[in-house]
Amino acid sequence: MDYLFQQLINGLTLGGVYALVALGYTMVYGIIQLINFAHGEIFAAGGYLGVILLSYMASQGLMDSHPWFGLAFALILAMGYCAMLAMAVEKVAYKPLRQSSRLSVLLSALGMSIFLQNGLMLTQGVYDKAYPTEFTHGGFEWLGVRVSYMQIGILAVTALLLVLLNTLVFKTRIGKAMRATAQDKVMSALVGIHSDKVISTTFAIGAALAAAAGIMVGLYYGSVRYDMGFVPGIKAFAAAVLGGIGNITGAMIGGLIIGMVEILAAAYIPAGGEYKDVFAFVILIGVLYFMPTGIMGENVDDTRV
Amino acid sequence: MTRGSRKSWQYFGLGLAWFYLLLWPLLGIRDGELHFAATFAVWLRVAVGATICFALYRLGKAGRLDGVLNPLAAARDAVGDTLARAPRWMLLTPVIVFALAYPMLTNRYAQDVAINVLVYICLGLGLNVVVGLCGLLDLGYIAFYGVGAYTYALLSVHYSVPFWVCLPICATFAAVAGCFIGYPTLRMRGDYLAIVTLGFGEIVRIVINNWMALTGGPNGILGIKSPGIYIPHFVDGSFSFEYLLLRKLEYLYYVILALAAFTIVAVHRINFSRIGRAFEAIREDETAAELMGVDTFRFKLLAYALGAVFGGLAGAFFAARMRFVSPESFTFIESAMVLAMVVLGGMGSIPGVILGALALVALPEAFREFELYRMLAFGGAMAVMMLVRPAGLWPAARMGKRSDDTE
Repeated sequence: MDYLFQQLINGLTLGGVYALVALGYTMVYGIIQLINFAHGEIFAAGGYLGVILLSYMASQGLMDSHPWFGLAFALILAMGYCAMLAMAVEKVAYKPLRQSSRLSVLLSALGMSIFLQNGLMLTQGVYDKAYPTEFTHGGFEWLGVRVSYMQIGILAVTALLLVLLNTLVFKTRIGKAMRATAQDKVMSALVGIHSDKVISTTFAIGAALAAAAGIMVGLYYGSVRYDMGFVPGIKAFAAAVLGGIGNITGAMIGGLIIGMVEILAAAYIPAGGEYKDVFAFVILIGVLYFMPTGIMGENVDDTRV
Repeated sequence: MTRGSRKSWQYFGLGLAWFYLLLWPLLGIRDGELHFAATFAVWLRVAVGATICFALYRLGKAGRLDGVLNPLAAARDAVGDTLARAPRWMLLTPVIVFALAYPMLTNRYAQDVAINVLVYICLGLGLNVVVGLCGLLDLGYIAFYGVGAYTYALLSVHYSVPFWVCLPICATFAAVAGCFIGYPTLRMRGDYLAIVTLGFGEIVRIVINNWMALTGGPNGILGIKSPGIYIPHFVDGSFSFEYLLLRKLEYLYYVILALAAFTIVAVHRINFSRIGRAFEAIREDETAAELMGVDTFRFKLLAYALGAVFGGLAGAFFAARMRFVSPESFTFIESAMVLAMVVLGGMGSIPGVILGALALVALPEAFREFELYRMLAFGGAMAVMMLVRPAGLWPAARMGKRSDDTE
């Protein structure tokens, strides 16, 4: 029983991270019907920015005196950086292709993904880069379940970001504009919504969430690698599809489910550990085959499925 | 300077400043110090290159370069006309003679590169059937290459089945794998299909990586035999066949040349057959094709299986040539590279794919010192190609009039 609770806590942590990345996919897909392949690389860039900033601050002694301030500072800077990166990618590779075929944009996105991944490799090196971990130790035991402060921190930040995003999308003007553009681009443009700006903002928000996920994964596992974005990217996309693509609540639920399934399958299915990456793909294929609209999705027209 | 051009230069400058901001944290914060000069040096090179390209682009757009470009375009058209009028054998004969004589003219290194190019031509043409002809974006194509390679490797190591017997077996296995993957996925369209095929490609790789008992896992399989032939042998009037393993690079070159020639001819024949027309109809408008009586599901499955066959053949050769296979050769990046060849060369165009394979395999060999930047350039080139020349370097000649791809 303790073991199960332990796995549930781990699954919740991982699922929260997937949910953050899945939101970027689902928002972009909802607004311009594009699978943003470069999103996984934005996530990796967030992880790298975290290790760069935290290492610098640790070397300046800031992490010893104000560790929480340092972490928050790195998180915010990395989110800002990735938002800028995603906006640049959108302006260079997707915006000029608004009128082209879907295949062209998809291939352009794939090209950007390869470009960014190799850009990270060239600037940061091929090998794993270790996070400074002096301040991430510690934890407590509760009813026989070991919970580290790191996990609590990840869960708290994830929850905070999800609440912030919900407020942004459902309570503010820009959120309303985003929802309107996702629903009908032509009509929303007719009533005076600047769709290019809205699309840019969507990319920026999704990237900021992915950057936060990247830092938290880096802190959790202790290191980052230039190709760390690929597999979590696909799993997060599977989460977005599972929740119903284009649906923000769906992406959060989907992320949690994928994280849970992965951890539980690795724990309870024999040889599940080696095949843990397969489960997300199997869920993705199963959902697309049997339930293409996902858990929370609306009807999809025939151009998608 | 007109107002429009001033504005575009302003945006360009903004873009360069933006690029510096993005580049600096990655290069400038190291070992607890902030460096500005190193980033600036890198940035300056990129900025100068980008400025030259942008200036040329603006000049071309403003019509200042017409004096240079128009004669060039005229010359290109004239050459194209002459080539179109020349009989086909006149164009093909020199190419075939060159291909046959190649090993006698070159050293081991050049033969090695040529073998690589030919393997990728086979792969590219196979993928071309799926992506170029039928319009199904397949991001897990390398899985079939893997299936072919492992089929030959296992048959050769455990049962010592000769290469030539294995070729059709590998092709069949790959086709069966294609049907297995295609059956559940082909009901989806467009980008969903892309992500699901990507998932399947990864599943195949993960299974190969973890099924220790069968595939040896990450260690791979060693001791695969080269292709062998029987050559007639006369000793003292008695006649016998001697078995010769084709280990020398030039022999292997001829094997893959034959495979590539087979692939080219086969894809060409498919392209201009009834099946090929059905594929193109599905690519242009699936709903309309179905309405006109094309059994879209069956033909999509067929496209998948046909593409897989060529991938399987190339895979069998790859295993026979390396005499070693491991899951590392079948990663997503290989799929992306084959796809890049098809896209850069021109989707649906056989000479285009050959050109794409040459450009992506042979060209980087010429710039050996920039090896590290190869994949960076691939990614960038893929995005840029979609902007400036979405149809590819050598677009497929289209017959008749068709609706534009605007979906």
